[in-house]
Amino acid sequence: MGEEKKVIVFALGTEEYGVEVEKVRTIERMQPMTRVPKAPEFIKGVINLRGVVIPIIDLRSRFGLDELPTTDATRIIIVSAGDFEVGLIVDSANDVIDLDTDNIDNPPEIVGGIKAKYLDGIARVGEQRLLVLLNLEQVLDRNELQQLERVED
Amino acid sequence: MELSQYLSMFIDESKEHLQSLNENLLSLESSPQDISIVHNIFRSAHTLKGMSATMGFEDIAALTHEMENVLDLVRNSKIEMNPFIFDCIFKSLDSLESMVEDIIQGGTGKADVSPIVVSLRSIVTGEYKTAVVPAAVTAVKEPTKGIEVDEFQFSILQQSIDSGFLVFYVEVTVNENCVLKAARAYMVFDALERMGEIVKATPSVQEIEQEKFDRSFSLYFISKVDQGTLEKEILNVSEIQSAIIITVDTESLDELSRPRTEVEAARQEIAAAVAAAVVPVQTPTIEVAAPKVEAAAAVVAKPAAGGAPVASRTIRVDIERLDALMNLFSELLIDRVRLEQLATEVKRNDLTETVEHMSRVSSDLQNIVLKLRMVPVDSVFNRFPRMIRDLAKSLDKKVDLVITGAETELDRTVIDEIGDPLVHLLRNAVDHGIESISDRLAAGKSEQGTIQLRAFHSGNHVFIEIEEDGKGIYRDKVLKTALKNGLVTAEQAAKLSDIEVYNLLFASGFSTAEKISDISGRGVGLDVVKTKIQMLGGHVQVDSRPGLGSKFSVQLPLTLSIISAMLVRLGSEKYAIPLSSIVETSAIQKKQIRNIHGNKMVDYRNSVIPLVSLSTLFSVPDFNEDLEDETEIVVVRKGDKQVALMVDEFIGQQEIVLKTLGKYLSGLFAISGATILGDGQVALIIDPNALIK
Repeated sequence: MGEEKKVIVFALGTEEYGVEVEKVRTIERMQPMTRVPKAPEFIKGVINLRGVVIPIIDLRSRFGLDELPTTDATRIIIVSAGDFEVGLIVDSANDVIDLDTDNIDNPPEIVGGIKAKYLDGIARVGEQRLLVLLNLEQVLDRNELQQLERVED
Repeated sequence: MELSQYLSMFIDESKEHLQSLNENLLSLESSPQDISIVHNIFRSAHTLKGMSATMGFEDIAALTHEMENVLDLVRNSKIEMNPFIFDCIFKSLDSLESMVEDIIQGGTGKADVSPIVVSLRSIVTGEYKTAVVPAAVTAVKEPTKGIEVDEFQFSILQQSIDSGFLVFYVEVTVNENCVLKAARAYMVFDALERMGEIVKATPSVQEIEQEKFDRSFSLYFISKVDQGTLEKEILNVSEIQSAIIITVDTESLDELSRPRTEVEAARQEIAAAVAAAVVPVQTPTIEVAAPKVEAAAAVVAKPAAGGAPVASRTIRVDIERLDALMNLFSELLIDRVRLEQLATEVKRNDLTETVEHMSRVSSDLQNIVLKLRMVPVDSVFNRFPRMIRDLAKSLDKKVDLVITGAETELDRTVIDEIGDPLVHLLRNAVDHGIESISDRLAAGKSEQGTIQLRAFHSGNHVFIEIEEDGKGIYRDKVLKTALKNGLVTAEQAAKLSDIEVYNLLFASGFSTAEKISDISGRGVGLDVVKTKIQMLGGHVQVDSRPGLGSKFSVQLPLTLSIISAMLVRLGSEKYAIPLSSIVETSAIQKKQIRNIHGNKMVDYRNSVIPLVSLSTLFSVPDFNEDLEDETEIVVVRKGDKQVALMVDEFIGQQEIVLKTLGKYLSGLFAISGATILGDGQVALIIDPNALIK
């Protein structure tokens, strides 16, 4: 048995993803947000989270997937990684599970259109279920954000 | 006894004392005959010694003690100050500073100070005065060396003397091989208490009972018995080596407590020392605010302090608590705006009245909260005279630093950050601005250069100016470097105004120039200065008259947390524009808009200014001013340039609480932050400066 790792499970399209519970501050329902002009496309705006202004990233858009209209299941996962505190819009989030680190494999080159560098690994849960572990630091990398901005200009 | 809880107080106090030592020493240097300054220096040094000894920082205490010996000779006119002594004492201060710094960093404050001690001792013993034996000196000033008392204890002593009691300062030393020191001390106390009253003992009675003293302890004693009886009684206790008994009269008591009656600052020193000395009977009500002490110390520096004993009743507050208060208050402001909105919707008289009253109260409250965080710039400026002195000395130049407006107040958060940029600008001024003595004489100037350091309020800003009468900046030299570094093209260069050329010094490419001396060294790290100041929401500009000097002007916001802003609507979106950059608001007809070279311009007060379409710039989804016949505009300015921003509708003026957009969204175009509106929505704050080229 390897170490235990607690992750929050969320869904994006047909895949299930996990982020470490320590990095998740809270999970919120969709709420009105203020658009930020001239920001990259995947930044949907900012929200007021109990007095703190937090940027919101549409994770589908971030990974180049098709955007979907908001549903009752849509959630914003507020995460903090490094210096950043941001919200991630996901299709749904409703599970917390314990992972055995022995059951985590290196990520394949590509998962549902997402580049391997955004991933920490693939975890097997039970017989059927596969969980993609997200590398938040990579997803929130500022350098890449700046590159994206430059492309837009 | 646990001392660590007093450590931060000790650090603050010692920094203040070192600062006042520095200041006083500088003013003594300019008027060496003024013995009153020496007294001030002595007092600070003495307090510092006491404090550090109490806290167990023996090296600091030891060095200050040596310094005191020298100062004592000076104040008793046994020796006169000369450059050698000044340098020695300045060096001691530097060592003391680095020791205190070490303590701040978590160290023990230990340092090898033997070279300085040797030179200090040489001043005391040989070279300067032969007749005075150090031991005799210390004996003379024994009474003042005693122990400081607080106001309450002072008044007891004073009243006792007035009503005919005798007040003694008693210093008892037990035998070296005494086995039960505490017991002996107890017996002494016991004997004394039968004859009179002990006002204060150092170390405290508790400490003595726990045997936490070396070999001697001292105390103040009020009694009717005479000195001889007293001495006999004390020496009756066995294993007591000696008892020094000095009768304290009004005069010597006065000297001890001069601060209280003469200068507020010194009273605080004593109070602080007592606080640091941790006397159990002492309630911790005598903390004092740092800036006040420094301000008072500055007054002391001038001759004829003249009194004006304005009792400053201040407390020291952790800045984090103020921040917390500020955050809570911003929440309150948001609710206030929300209530105002509700009141206008509900339209009930009593509700409206209550809300209006609440608004007034909260505005007052806001002013107070903001003022709590205000600190005079003096707390930054006070370290500059010493710095300029040393710098001028090492460069062999003569420089006079004239500070005005040191009482100008700025938000604490700004104060904390502004020191480094100013140090940079001042160093620049001495190093590269002011010429060498020979050059100055050759240019027909006085050999002493002058640097003016000014601070003043203007509107919602504080300006800090550094102006010197040095050689100024030469346009051609700056342009040459700028061209070489590719900052401008030759074509652009020809068109630039002088000020624009000077401002090239702040460009980030400038400081990397290989041969800095080409342009008199200006530009060295000035980009860093600019970045820092901009980070604080300020601006820096430079102006110069070649051959006559330069002026660096730093503009800073009063506070970083609450600003007045105009809220505007662009379709469904709301934005805030800082009031400080708005010139006026008005409305224009479509036919007033002119097209010049494909740019929209509008006549505005006899000049033609550019029109900026915010809706296009921000790609606003549901508003476009092209569809309107009449458009509201907000005229904003940056320096002497103006631009009109087209908006959908004015919502009104409001106090808004600045919130950052977080690091992830840093560096957004034309957005400087966000605020939360009464309905909980986030509105972005427009940075008009980015919209003006």
